[in-house]
Amino acid sequence: MTTSLKIVVLAKQVPDTRNVGKNAMKEDGTVNRAALPAIFNPEDLNALEQALRLKDRYPGTTVHLLTMGPGRAADVIREGLFRGADGGVLLTDRKFAGADTLATSYALAQALRKLQPHIVIAGRQAIDGDTAQVGPQVAEKLGWPQVTYAEEITSYDGKEMVIKRRLERGVETVSATLPLVVTVHASAPDCRPRHAKQLLKYKYAKTLTEIQEAGADYDADLKNADYLRIPEWGVADVGGEETQFGLSGSPTKVKKIENIVFQAKESKKLTAADGDIDGLIKELMANHTIG
Amino acid sequence: MNNILVYCEIENGRVADVSLELLTKGRGLAAQLGCKVEALAVGSKLSDVEKELMRYGAHIVHVADDERLDPFRTLPHAAIITGVIKTEQPQIVLFGATSVGRDLAPRVSSALKSGLTADCTSLEIGNHTDAKGNSYTNLLYQIRPAFGGNIIATIINPDHRPQMATVREGVMKKEPLPAPVQGDVKKVEVKKYLQDADFAVRIIERHIEDRKIDIKGASIVVAGGYGVGSKENFKQLFDLAAVLGAEVGASRAAVDAGFADNARQVGQTGVTVRPKLYIACGISGQIQHTAGMDQSAIVISINTDANAPINQLADYAIVGDMNEVIPKMMKSYRENSR
Ligand SMILES: Cc1cc2nc3c(=O)[nH]c(=O)nc-3n(C[C@H](O)[C@H](O)[C@H](O)COP(=O)(O)OP(=O)(O)OC[C@H]3O[C@@H](n4cnc5c(N)ncnc54)[C@H](O)[C@@H]3O)c2cc1C
Repeated sequence: MTTSLKIVVLAKQVPDTRNVGKNAMKEDGTVNRAALPAIFNPEDLNALEQALRLKDRYPGTTVHLLTMGPGRAADVIREGLFRGADGGVLLTDRKFAGADTLATSYALAQALRKLQPHIVIAGRQAIDGDTAQVGPQVAEKLGWPQVTYAEEITSYDGKEMVIKRRLERGVETVSATLPLVVTVHASAPDCRPRHAKQLLKYKYAKTLTEIQEAGADYDADLKNADYLRIPEWGVADVGGEETQFGLSGSPTKVKKIENIVFQAKESKKLTAADGDIDGLIKELMANHTIG
Repeated sequence: MNNILVYCEIENGRVADVSLELLTKGRGLAAQLGCKVEALAVGSKLSDVEKELMRYGAHIVHVADDERLDPFRTLPHAAIITGVIKTEQPQIVLFGATSVGRDLAPRVSSALKSGLTADCTSLEIGNHTDAKGNSYTNLLYQIRPAFGGNIIATIINPDHRPQMATVREGVMKKEPLPAPVQGDVKKVEVKKYLQDADFAVRIIERHIEDRKIDIKGASIVVAGGYGVGSKENFKQLFDLAAVLGAEVGASRAAVDAGFADNARQVGQTGVTVRPKLYIACGISGQIQHTAGMDQSAIVISINTDANAPINQLADYAIVGDMNEVIPKMMKSYRENSR
């Protein structure tokens, strides 16, 4: 029985919302979102590491990244290549824009039907939304089982995969047959760093759009190096019902957005009196610092 | 009537607190909408489960009782919930934002092609008019922090039913009725909904153990110092942290004294944190400590000494005994949260 696997890792480029601190604050006390750097979603890196470990263990295994986003999200694919992946696809199309988790999952599932992996590995959740919905929704769209919050993929015998899950108050070990969607928890091992050889090999990897921007010479240079071409897929490439993508495929709508104001520039002196504590809690709840 | 359905999580034969909190909240929403609350319990050996659910306001309790349904596995639970929702047509479905609910609810929402909002901190009923002038009444406003807690978004589901949301434990109040509802129990025909393929994932082993400590990733840190006094007293910080969805941090003096785990140490020789809220209890605020937390967006200090250096840095300096202040904070939070 063969144990070589075709793996797709779902990865997202996100603004680094965790390390906001005082530097990214605007005068009015709200967060300057544009000032936050775009990073590889942390738990997607944990997912990539799990995929690369399977590749290390089971010869013939390939790892591809799938990401949806604007052109610059190709950075996520390059980063994955530098760390040991074999390729990737950027899903990019204006028709994907405005997607909530359901429409995102639909687009990813359509692309996955085309890529036909044995297993899909994703981060548990992305730090810009923290919903943890896309993994399970992709699994449902594909009609595959899901194993969420994975901490370690312990074994695979060509049929069954054994996975350790990290739950709120414990751990659970499960076995499942492929095909399968696995989402990986932050407590899983960190991703390995970039590999010098991979970095050299993929330094010039570009998407079609980036190649066009770079000019005809660049295109010619890639003649014998097709592995440097990162495919870009749009709605037409992945097929499916147009109305299921993007805004029109999103049942949830954003009615209102409130910026949190992190106020209190100077220290307020309070006592342990009931009124002081109650006032503080009410203030923190009103500005959504807590609750 | 399109009612409100609460998926009730069963832990070791008991209904999870978060489910009772959701039933309590569901009662309030149902009163506004003029509908009723229904509960769905999925598990094994569930006799009598309806008693508790009716005490929290469930008018109809759907019970799916089968030995294959315990412990929780995604696919069989999802199949049953999806089936019950299709039959009962609730307008709102609520889940706890637990390991179980956050795994299950998205799968169900995808199967029903309806929207889901994760980790809501508030649920309200309201109206909406869209850009095209279509107006909607009595929608569920699903209010949640997003973007790492830097914005608060109000999400609606205008055209799809049910409207689904998950809510974290401790966010809503849990309040039994003075007298239980005289409701109905409906047995779910489990076999009708389940297929062999739903058991593709097998549980080999399961055990409950201490959670790994992750103060770096926490958006709220409740930290304790030497002034907390004892390991037993640190429990108050864990209680406050549980209520706020926070992690517990500590000063080196507290770690050295054995009050807290090494992994919780904040500071020069510990972890650097930048949460949106840092609550320093009984911490004097030496530079080696503040080096690890002075980038926090908001700092609250609780210290008996008005001149403690931490107060220089604090946005809110509470001069008082933490043994008095922390219980008051929890009480106030509980009373003020909806
Ligand atoms: C090289 C080096 C590295 C260090 N690295 C670190 C580090 O990484 N992290 C770190 O934290 N420290 C570090 N330290 C130690 C640091 O200098 C301080 O000793 C330590 O932070 C003090 O901890 P504390 O504030 O809990 O204790 P204390 O300084 O003893 O303060 C206790 C405080 O509790 C208050 N208090 C007492 N009772 C109550 C009550 N009932 N309610 C409310 N308040 C009360 C007191 O008023 C006092 O302010 C380092 C030191 C050195 C030399």
